[in-house]
Amino acid sequence: MTPALAIILGVILVSAGVGFIAGRRVPMNLENWTVGGRKFGIVIMWLLMAGEVYTTFTFLGASGWAYAKGAPTFYILIYGTLAYTLSFFILPEIWKIGKRRGLHTQPDFFAHVFESRALGVLVAIIGILSILPYLQLQLAGLGMIVEIASDGAVSSTTAILLAFLLTSAFVLTSGLRGSAWVAVIKDILMLAAVGIVGFGIPRIHFGGIGRMFQALIEKAPGHLVFPGSAPSMGVGWVMSTVLLTGMGFYMWPQLFGTAFSAKSEQVIRRNAIIMPLYQIPIVLIFFVGFTAFLVLPGLANGDLSFLTLVRKTYPSWFVGIVGAAGAVTAMVPASVLVLSAATLLAKNVYRAGFRPKAEDAEVMRVSRVMVLVVSTTALIFALAFPSALVNLLLIGYDGVSQFFPGVILGLFWKRVTRTGVTAGLLVGIATAAFLVFGKHDPFFGLNAGFVALGLNALVTVVVSLLSRPSPRKALA
Amino acid sequence: MRKGLKTALVCGSIPVLALVPALPFVNRIRPVILGLPFILFWILLWVALTPVFLLLADRALRKDDAGKDEGR
Repeated sequence: MTPALAIILGVILVSAGVGFIAGRRVPMNLENWTVGGRKFGIVIMWLLMAGEVYTTFTFLGASGWAYAKGAPTFYILIYGTLAYTLSFFILPEIWKIGKRRGLHTQPDFFAHVFESRALGVLVAIIGILSILPYLQLQLAGLGMIVEIASDGAVSSTTAILLAFLLTSAFVLTSGLRGSAWVAVIKDILMLAAVGIVGFGIPRIHFGGIGRMFQALIEKAPGHLVFPGSAPSMGVGWVMSTVLLTGMGFYMWPQLFGTAFSAKSEQVIRRNAIIMPLYQIPIVLIFFVGFTAFLVLPGLANGDLSFLTLVRKTYPSWFVGIVGAAGAVTAMVPASVLVLSAATLLAKNVYRAGFRPKAEDAEVMRVSRVMVLVVSTTALIFALAFPSALVNLLLIGYDGVSQFFPGVILGLFWKRVTRTGVTAGLLVGIATAAFLVFGKHDPFFGLNAGFVALGLNALVTVVVSLLSRPSPRKALA
Repeated sequence: MRKGLKTALVCGSIPVLALVPALPFVNRIRPVILGLPFILFWILLWVALTPVFLLLADRALRKDDAGKDEGR
C-alpha cells in the first residue's frame, strides 16, 4: 500500500466515523434530522454552507476551466459573491416565514406561500430531478480523484462504492448534523491542500505567481481575458451566466434549506457577510490550472489537470492528502444532496401528494428508505454513465434557478398568484430544456438558462395580473 | 421604505455593479497589478470588498431595528 492510498482511505474512514458520532447525542426526529433542530449558530452554519459550496466541481472544474477555457473560469468567483449578496437580503425573509410556520423544505415554502399543495409537489419534483445529476457528478468526481491520487491502486468504481456506503450510513444515523461535522474535517484539509498547492505549484515551476502570469501573457494573452480559449464565452455570456447562477444558487433545494437550519436571521446575515472571503482561495485553484496550461499542454480532459500536475510535482504522501481532501470534498455535498432529495421525496411528494395524514414518524421512516433509493439511483448513474450527465447538470442549474421569480415575487409582491407562478415555472423549464437540448446554448451570446429565466419572470407577472388574486396568507 | 433598508440596498448593489455591468470595461490584461492580469485583479478586489459593503448594510439595518425598539 502506497502512502497516498493509506492516507486517502484513512481520511475517508475517520470522516465517516465523525459523521456517525455527530448524531449520537441528540434524539433523531424529523426536525433534528433535516434542519439540525433549527439551532445552528454562526460557526457551524458557516462550515456547513462552505461545505456545500466547495464541491468536487470547484476542485476539478475550476482548474479544469482555467486550463481548457481560461478567463471564463473567473465567473465562479463572481457568481458566488452575487449569490451571498442576494442571500443577505432574501434569506432572512425566508427564515422568518419558515420559523413562524415550521417549514423544513423549499416545496414547503411554495406550498405555504401560495396555498397550493400541487405547486409544492411540482417544486419538489423539479428539485429532485435537478439534484440527481449533481449528486451523480459528485460521486463520479470522487471516483476520478481517488483513482488518480492512488495511482490506479483503487479503481474509480471501488472508491465510489466505498464512499457511497459510508456516506449513506452517516446520513442515516446523523442527518444534517453529520454533514456539518464532516464539513469541519473537509474544510481544514481542503484549505491546507489548496493553499500549499496553489502557492507552491507556480513557484516550483516558474518561481512565483507573477512570473507564471508573465509567461502566460507572453505565450497566450487571449487566454486571460474573456472569452479566453472558448469563443462562445464572451463577456455577454459571462454577465448573463453570473446573473443566472447567482440568482439560482440559493434556489438549490439543499441551499434554500440551510436558511431553515439557522438559529436567527442575524446568523444568516453574518454568514452572508463572511462567505465572499471564503471564495478567495478559489483563485489558487485557477493558478494551478494556468500553470498546467503552460507545463502540461494537450491533456484530453482538462478536469484532470489539477491532480495530474500535483502528482507530477509532489511526493506520494502529499498527493494522498490532496486526494483525501478531494474525496471528502465530494462526500459532504453528496451527503447533503442525498438528505435533501430524500426529505423532498418523503415529505413533499409522498406525504403532500399521497398521504396527507401521515405522522412525522412515518415521514421520517420513509425519508430513511428514500436515502437508499436516491443514493442507489445516483450510484447506478455514476457507474453506468460516468460523464454523460454534464448536460443534465447544466439543465439542473437552469432548472432550479427557475424558482427565483416565484420566491422573490412571493416574498415581496402581493399581487402574484399561484397560477402565475406555476405558468412561469413551466414556461421557464420548457424554454431551458428546448434551448439546451436543442443545442441553442448560448442563445445569441447569452446563457440559455438566463433567457428562460427572463421569459419565466415575464409570464409569472403577466399571468398573475390576468388571473384572479388567490387568497394568500399575510406575510408581514 | 425604511431609511436603513434603502442605505443597505445601496451598499449591497455597489459590488454587484462592479462585478457585472462593469465587466466589459475592465476586460483587459494590462495594467498587471500584483502580478495579476487586470481583469482578475479587479474581480478579486471586489470579491474582497463585498464583505465591507455588506457589513455597512448590516449596520444600517440594525440601526433601523434599534430605532424601532426605542419607539416602543
